[in-house]
Amino acid sequence: MAETELTREEVRHVAGLAMLEFNDQELDYFKEQLDDIMNLIDILNEVDTTDVPATFTVTENRNVLRADEGINAEQKAELLARAPESENGLIKVPAIINESAGAK
Amino acid sequence: MNYFETDLTKLHNQLVNKEITSVELTEQTIANIKATEPTVDAFITIAEAEALAQAKAIDEQGIDPNSLFSGIPVAIKDNILTKDILTTAGSKMLHNFKPIFDATVVEKLNNAGAIMVGKANMDEFAMGSTSKNSYYKMSKNAWDQTKVPGGSSGGSAAAVASGEVIASLGTDTGGSVRQPAGFNGIVGFKPTYGRVSRWGVIAFASSLDQVGHLTRTVYDNAAMLNVLAGADHRDQTTSTREVPDFTANLNGDIKGMKIALPKEYLGEGVSAGVRETILAAAKQFEALGATVEEVSLPHSKYGVAAYYIIGSAEASSNLQRFDGIRYGFRAEDVKNLNDLYIKTRSQGFGDEVKRRIMLGTFSLSAGAYDAFFKKAAQIRTLLIQDFDNVFKDYDLIIGPSAPSVAFGMDYTPEDPAELYMYDVLTIPSNFAGLPAISVNAGFSEGLPVGLHIIGKAFDENTIYRAAYAFEQTTQLFKQVPNLGGQD
Repeated sequence: MAETELTREEVRHVAGLAMLEFNDQELDYFKEQLDDIMNLIDILNEVDTTDVPATFTVTENRNVLRADEGINAEQKAELLARAPESENGLIKVPAIINESAGAK
Repeated sequence: MNYFETDLTKLHNQLVNKEITSVELTEQTIANIKATEPTVDAFITIAEAEALAQAKAIDEQGIDPNSLFSGIPVAIKDNILTKDILTTAGSKMLHNFKPIFDATVVEKLNNAGAIMVGKANMDEFAMGSTSKNSYYKMSKNAWDQTKVPGGSSGGSAAAVASGEVIASLGTDTGGSVRQPAGFNGIVGFKPTYGRVSRWGVIAFASSLDQVGHLTRTVYDNAAMLNVLAGADHRDQTTSTREVPDFTANLNGDIKGMKIALPKEYLGEGVSAGVRETILAAAKQFEALGATVEEVSLPHSKYGVAAYYIIGSAEASSNLQRFDGIRYGFRAEDVKNLNDLYIKTRSQGFGDEVKRRIMLGTFSLSAGAYDAFFKKAAQIRTLLIQDFDNVFKDYDLIIGPSAPSVAFGMDYTPEDPAELYMYDVLTIPSNFAGLPAISVNAGFSEGLPVGLHIIGKAFDENTIYRAAYAFEQTTQLFKQVPNLGGQD
C-alpha cells in the first residue's frame, strides 16, 4: 500500500460511513489532507509485523463485574431538558423518512 | 492575586490559620483571572457564582486541616463534565451542553474541598497540539502571547503558567498535558493508564486517554495525584492496585537511580536549543548521583503514524454519539432523520475533528482494517516491547516533551501531518500506558523547554522523586512570565 492515495469516490464513501457530507470543494480539501496523512502513515510498511500480536488495550483488568443490584436512575426531567426538542416527555426528532416520500 | 509566589502548602496553612478565607481567595482569584484573561484567553467559562457559593460552603463547614485542596480554586479542562456548568469540549457540537453529573475526578476534587473556578480552553475534542482548534478562542502562551500554549490542554496550561490558578486538570491522549506544560514551563503529569478514572470525561481514544493535571511545582502535582488516583467502579479500566502517597520520599535524594536517555529522543527534528537543554538536565541528574546512559527505542519513529491510525479509529467510534438527538447542537432545516445526523455532524464538528473521523473510519473500513488499524496495533506492540527492554535495566527514561519550544500562533502548515510530529516524543508512553511528567528544564529562545520523564507502569513515585530533585536543584519554578494586567 505504499504511496496510498484515496480516490474522490473513496473519500465520499468514507464520509458516508462517518455521517459527514462535503461539497465538491471540501471533498478536494479533505482528499488532499488525507493523502498527506496517508503519506505519513506509509512509513509503517518499513516494519515487518509478521507474527507480531496486536495490542488494543493496556489495561490489566479482565471481566470487571458489579453487584447485580437495581439502582434508581430516574433522571428523565434533567435528560429531556438537554434535548434540542422534546414533547410529552419524549425527545422529538424529524420524520424517519422523507415527508414527501411518506405522503405517497 | 496570582499564584506566582506561593504553593499549595503555604496557601493551605494560610487557610487553616484563618489568615484568608476561601471566599476571599476565590474572589481574588477571579478578579485576577478577569484581569489576565485578555492576555492569555485560557478559559471558555468562568464559573464565578458557582465558585463563590462553593467557597462559602467550605468556609462555613471549616477548612479541612487534612486536605491540602480544601478551599483552593482550580481550573478544569472543558472536556471534563461539571454538573450544570457548560462543558463544550471546545466544540460547537456542545455549545449549550450542561452535564447532569460531575466526572469522577471533579467529584474527587469537590470532596477534597477544591473550588472549581472555570473551564479551560482546548483543541476541539482534545485533538490538536496548539489549542487553535477550539471553536471558541485561541489561548496564548503565558511567556509570549505571539506563541501557542500547546495543546490540547492549552487553556489548562496557560491558566497555571500565568498565575490564574495554582492547579488545573487536563487530559492526555498523545501528550496533551505534557506538551503544553512544557511549552509553558510548568509541571504536567500523565498518570499510568488505569490510575485515574475517566468516568465523565468526554472520550477521544479510550485505549490511550488519561486525565492528567498541571501545577507550578512537583510537590503540588504529586499532592493532586493523591486526590485523583484510585479505582472507580464506573470506569472498568481503573486499577485496583494500592494507591501510595505520591508525596512520600520527595527528599531530593536520587543517588543510584538509573536513567536512560534514548538516542531517538534527541535525534532528527529536535531543535538544537532543546537538545542542549535536555543534555544539561542529564548532567544535572548525574551531578545528583544518578547514572544516565544512552539507550535505543528503535520503533520510536513509527509512533506518530501508528497513533494517528489508532487514535483516529477510536475517535471515529467514540464521536458517533454526537448526532444532534439527545443534547448539544442540532442542525436546522433537515428533511429526515438521516439528514439530521449528517447535517448536525457536518456543521457541528470542525476540520481537525472531521479529518480524524475520516481517517479513523477509513482505517476501520472493510479492506483497510488489516493494512491500517491492525498494522498500527502491531506497531504498538513493538513500541511497548521497546520500553519493556529498557525498563529491565533502568528506572526512568528522559527526553524532551516536545521537539521545539512553543511556535508562533500563525504557524499553520498546509500539511496537517507536520503538526502531528509535535507529539512524537509523548505518544509512545500513551501507547504503553506509562506514567510521565513534563517539568521545566530551562529556556531556549526565551521560551521554556520541557523535560519529559517516563516511568514504569504504576511507579509514579520514582518519576516524582526525580522531578522533585531536579526542580529543587534548578529552582526554575521561581522564574515566572511577565504579564500585563495582573495585580
